[in-house]
Amino acid sequence: MSTVSLAQFHQVFFEESLEGLDAMETALLALDKGGDTELVHSIFRAAHSIKGGAATFGFPEMAAFTHEAESLLDELREGRRAIDGPIVELLLRTVDCLRGMFDRAQAGQPLADAASEDLRQQLAAMVGRALPAAGKSAATKSAAASGWLIEFRPHTGMLAGGNEPLRMLRELAGLGQLDVTALVDAVPALDALEPSECHMGWRIALTGAATREAIAAVFEWVEDECDLRIEPLTAPAPAATVAPPIAAATAAASPAETGAAPRAAATANADAGSVRVGIDKIDSMIDLVGELVITQAMLDQFREEFDPTRLPLLQQGLAQLARHTRTLQERVMGIRMLPIGSVFNRFPRLVRDLSQKLGKQVKLDLVGEHTELDKTVLEKIGDPLVHLVRNAIDHGLEVPEKRRAAGKGETGTLRLEAFHRGGTIVVEIVDDGAGLNREAIIAKALQKGLIKSGESLTDSEVGELIFQPGFSTAAATTDLSGRGVGMDVVRRNVVDLGGHVAISSRPGNGTTFTITLPLTLAIIDGLIAEVAQERYIVPLTSIIESVQLREGVMRTVAGKGELLYFRERYLPIVRLGEAFGCGGAQDDMIIVVESDGVQMGLVVGALVGQQQVVVKSLEANYRRVEGISGATILADGSVALIVDVAGLVRMQSRRKAA
Amino acid sequence: MSQTLSDSNAAIQYLTVNLAHEEYGIDILAVREIRGWTPVTRIPQAPEYVLGVLNLRGAIVPVIDMRLRFGLAREDYTATTVTVIITVAGRNFGVVVDAVSDVMDIAADKVRPVPDMGTTVDTEYLKGLTSIGERMVLLLDVDKLLQPQDAQMLEGALDAMSDVKAVA
Repeated sequence: MSTVSLAQFHQVFFEESLEGLDAMETALLALDKGGDTELVHSIFRAAHSIKGGAATFGFPEMAAFTHEAESLLDELREGRRAIDGPIVELLLRTVDCLRGMFDRAQAGQPLADAASEDLRQQLAAMVGRALPAAGKSAATKSAAASGWLIEFRPHTGMLAGGNEPLRMLRELAGLGQLDVTALVDAVPALDALEPSECHMGWRIALTGAATREAIAAVFEWVEDECDLRIEPLTAPAPAATVAPPIAAATAAASPAETGAAPRAAATANADAGSVRVGIDKIDSMIDLVGELVITQAMLDQFREEFDPTRLPLLQQGLAQLARHTRTLQERVMGIRMLPIGSVFNRFPRLVRDLSQKLGKQVKLDLVGEHTELDKTVLEKIGDPLVHLVRNAIDHGLEVPEKRRAAGKGETGTLRLEAFHRGGTIVVEIVDDGAGLNREAIIAKALQKGLIKSGESLTDSEVGELIFQPGFSTAAATTDLSGRGVGMDVVRRNVVDLGGHVAISSRPGNGTTFTITLPLTLAIIDGLIAEVAQERYIVPLTSIIESVQLREGVMRTVAGKGELLYFRERYLPIVRLGEAFGCGGAQDDMIIVVESDGVQMGLVVGALVGQQQVVVKSLEANYRRVEGISGATILADGSVALIVDVAGLVRMQSRRKAA
Repeated sequence: MSQTLSDSNAAIQYLTVNLAHEEYGIDILAVREIRGWTPVTRIPQAPEYVLGVLNLRGAIVPVIDMRLRFGLAREDYTATTVTVIITVAGRNFGVVVDAVSDVMDIAADKVRPVPDMGTTVDTEYLKGLTSIGERMVLLLDVDKLLQPQDAQMLEGALDAMSDVKAVA
């Protein structure tokens, strides 16, 4: 069987199909709001590609399943059936089910399960065709035959679709012993022959224990483009022409071994991530490399003969080199940048399902889908965003009656917006719901012992409370939210990416969550600080400001602990020299930093300057060091360590606890 | 280890280095390069013998002082002090020794087991000794040299776990 060599294409097939499913989902949601037939066509095309790919790459269950959806879509496409809510719902569930199949395919597990079988029956019922239970039919049919006679006559245009008869014959050879006769009666005379058309047919006698379904699956991809007859060899009685759709539909139960080998191989490379890069991005980099080579050649001339009169040229060349290097750096980093739309795309569906379930009317606005983010950041931001969106619909937005009572429109608005702000990406989740319920939050915090009664809290402090572990105000735990494992995890995920989450609430008018993320994890802007002749980098994103350590800014608590009096607040301080064990009693600069909503003063010796630094791993050759997030190489070639502000905050709070 | 050595009489090339007036051999296949001593960047919370990290063409590589590692007094770094970069199991680290001396072929059957005495270095880190003329060369087991590092890495992982707990 030739499928083993196909295994290398599985990953591409999965990626393309998942993209196809996303496209199907988007189109279905648009269709739900009343779209045109072009949408149906695009859904049909996506389903058709998945079906074809699944059959080719050895996933017959998936092909059979998709086939049913395709039959339904075909009726919609030809206008034989009107598009209504239940159909869209059914097709959306089909998309979910296919996603599940792809997950299982990647994990090397059996594709079909009870749910998919049930859904397949429903799809078939929708097009008015009852299917025999897949498992039984296979058993009864395969028992009868010791072999099959297959007559396969491709239509003349079949080759144009990229279908390869040889591949099908090879696949058949894997099912049993073949005896093939070519049918050349339809081949025209040489002068009339169009070489790109297929005029041949084949009569194939297959001896072996193969089921009819397994054979039909081989021809599944071309069923509309050929005449196919499959008859049992043992019973040369009148041959029933197998209507291809039914044959394909029942193929779900084809022997497990046809799919097992490629699936195992597919899991091996499932982990290797890949990025699709636009040709224009690559071309622009090639151009730049060309420029670099020219600059390098120009500079090379100075090596051969150095003439002081040409010094301005040298300066010019070096400036050019610097410019090209910087641009190249940007472009290369740009390869990792993907639009945030790929994360936003899942929300229309989520919002639709959730609002239906909760009986709320929600209008979703997506703004700034083209804002680009580092792939790594993008992959990790999805779950926190899902959580925030769920929370906004579950807790934030009210049911229509309440909205009406509050004098607002019945339909709530949820806006997701992404935009750039000074070297960072900001994602805002804004709802126009009821806002934070201050009383409920305070009552809950009292109950959990997070605050003491009588403490007066500012609005932002109340907002902070919901990020505490185990905090949830939902009266009843629903399956959507309210398990109290949410917001602290959201915050932790965002902080791990080097960003932070803020919340602001307008009672009666809604809540805004603001997530600030670094553009990329590989290069950061840092402030170089000196502590006892050692240099440390403090990431600029966590710095609030720096102040001189003067008489009176420091307050001593109980004779030993020190606090920084900063903007009418007392902040804990960390002497970097002490934390990192390098002395530095003379330090007199304080960098005020923030992480996790906690502000803190870092005492350092002097500020040297600000610089973009490339983050290098300390763990690759050494190990993780507490309070250090990585290392970088300074202009003089020496190594400087990057301060992990979040880690220092944790160290500090642990010391406080001890 | 001694068994695998006696299985084969093929010569192995060793880089010999000086440390406190004794001569040690390092399997040359593990040696990536030899650099003159340059100051390194100290790392917080590291054991005393880990001097810090250096920039090896863009990679951050920890450096160990062999004298400190074996509990000897630290000596001033001189013009002959070198850092030998060693690669074991895909990880790079540098060891600082007093000087490099030679590269020599040592046949496997010339390697004798180490008697459990009379060397400055703990015999745990040695895989044998050999003599070349008047000189005695102690052969270092570089895999074992990294082992204390592994223990540290484990420590690091445990630290990380307790961190998570402290926050959760």
